[in-house]
Amino acid sequence: MAERYSSFDRRGWAWFLQRLTAAFLVIVLAFHFMLLHFVNHAYEITFLGSQARMSQVGYFVTMVLFLVTATFHGVNGVFNALVNQGLKGTQKKVVLGVLAIAGVGLVVQGIRLALAMTGLV
Amino acid sequence: MSQSHNRGLIEDFGRWREFAPGMWAWIFHKFTGWVLIGYLFTHVAVLSTAISGPQLYTTTLRSLESLLLVRVLEVGLLAVATFHIMNGIRLLFIDLGVGLESQDKSFYASLVLTGAIAVASVPTFLSGAF
Repeated sequence: MAERYSSFDRRGWAWFLQRLTAAFLVIVLAFHFMLLHFVNHAYEITFLGSQARMSQVGYFVTMVLFLVTATFHGVNGVFNALVNQGLKGTQKKVVLGVLAIAGVGLVVQGIRLALAMTGLV
Repeated sequence: MSQSHNRGLIEDFGRWREFAPGMWAWIFHKFTGWVLIGYLFTHVAVLSTAISGPQLYTTTLRSLESLLLVRVLEVGLLAVATFHIMNGIRLLFIDLGVGLESQDKSFYASLVLTGAIAVASVPTFLSGAF
């Protein structure tokens, strides 16, 4: 049997979620770039244009999912990278707590601005 | 039958001259990941101007887009995101047990595709910047 060199814990849910979010983000990140830089152009951006997109339920839900999955994938990725560098013990717990708070804060702020973009709030 | 391999301490970046393609893929994936999560926080901060009103949002984003530096950084961001996506697909396949034997070739393919897409995007990103 081949030896495994990964630092990931394959039994953990975080390992699976990192891959699940990756598969989703591959598609949505590409879509995001295409729509906002190649179909529409960023230099022509207006609030009304953003509002028109964000007012569509499907787009709004996709963007919120994009935010949540990207935040989890990024924050968990940073945590994994730090664990790879040797983070352990109390430091590991503190870093995990700080990253979790930062992640939740980012999602809350992202949802606030997404709602503001709809013009309904 | 598989062979064991003493990889040494892969986190020792001082050994970079000894790194194989798979190690470079690992480093680039980490680097692009750090850039993307950093950008995500910045992106949400800038877009949060929408909370203060439509005028501030439009003015802020249009002002940023008027800067040549921002346009160039956008090309860089696309390159970073493209590599992370391409190498991420490569990693997902490897996790599924597909393509491990040709993982070095798929890394080179990720690099070439990233370069090609980044270069092809330059006219779009720099449009109207001058």
